[in-house]
Amino acid sequence: MSLVSIMFYLMAAIALGSALYVAASKNLVRSVFMFFITLFALAGLYVLSLADFVAVTQVVVYVGGILVLILFAFMLSGRESLSGLQQQTNRLISINKLPALLLAVLFFIVLVNVFLKANVDALGWIQQAIAQQNVITPTDVTINNLGINLMTNYLLPFEAISILLLMALAGAAHLSRKEETAS
Amino acid sequence: MITLTHYLLVSAGLFCIGLYVILSKQNAIQILIGIELMLNAAILNLVAFGRFDKLNNSGQTFALFAIVLAAAASAVALAIVLNVYRRYRTIDPDKVNQLKD
Repeated sequence: MSLVSIMFYLMAAIALGSALYVAASKNLVRSVFMFFITLFALAGLYVLSLADFVAVTQVVVYVGGILVLILFAFMLSGRESLSGLQQQTNRLISINKLPALLLAVLFFIVLVNVFLKANVDALGWIQQAIAQQNVITPTDVTINNLGINLMTNYLLPFEAISILLLMALAGAAHLSRKEETAS
Repeated sequence: MITLTHYLLVSAGLFCIGLYVILSKQNAIQILIGIELMLNAAILNLVAFGRFDKLNNSGQTFALFAIVLAAAASAVALAIVLNVYRRYRTIDPDKVNQLKD
C-alpha cells in the first residue's frame, strides 16, 4: 500500500465523516465549521488527482468566500430562529426524517451499482488517453497549459461565466440593500 | 493504486449526504450547505476524469467554472435568505408559504 493510497483513504474518510457530521449535528454553527473541514479534505482529494490549481481555487473561493458568507447570513438571521431550531431538533431520529433517509440511502445504492457496473477504468477514451500518454503525471506542471487553454479553447465559456458572475453580483447587491420606503 | 472508481464512490457518498441534508433540514442555510455538498461531489468527478486529458484540460477548466458558478449561486441565495428573514422573521422553508405579503 503506497503513501498515495493511504492519503486518499485518509482524505476520503475525513471528507465523508465530516459530511456525515454536518448531516447529523444538532448544533448549527458546529455543522458549518465541519463543512469547512469537508471542503479542505476535498481540496486534498483534488491534489491527489493532480489538479493543484483547482484545489487552490477551492480553498480560496469556498473557504475564503462562501463559508464567510454563510457565517454572515447566520449572524444576520437572528438568534431566535437558531434557538427555536435547536429545541426542534432534539429528537434526532424522528419519523419525519425517515423518508429523506430512505431516499438518500436508496439513491446511494443505485449510484454505487451503476458505478461498479459501468467499469469506468476500461472506457474507450480513457484507454486511448493512456495509450497516447495523454495522462497527467505527478511531475507535470499543468498550470501553464491550463491558462493557455482558458484563453484559447474555452474563451467563450469563460466570457459567459464572467457575465453571469457580474449579473449575480448585481442581483445580490440589489436584493440585500436596505429599502428606505417599506413597500 | 487509486482508480477512477474510488473517486466515483467517494463522490456518490458526498452526493447522497447532500441529498439527505437538503431533504431533512428545516433551515434554509443548512439546505444551502447541502446544495454545496452536492456541487462538490460533481466537481470531484470532473477533476477525477480531467486527469485523463492533459492536452485540453477540459475537466479541470470546467471544474473551475463550476466552483465560480457555486460561489455566484450561494451569494444570491444568501441575499434571498436575508430578505426572507427580514419579511417573515424565520428561515424555515416550511413556514414561508405566502407569495403575497
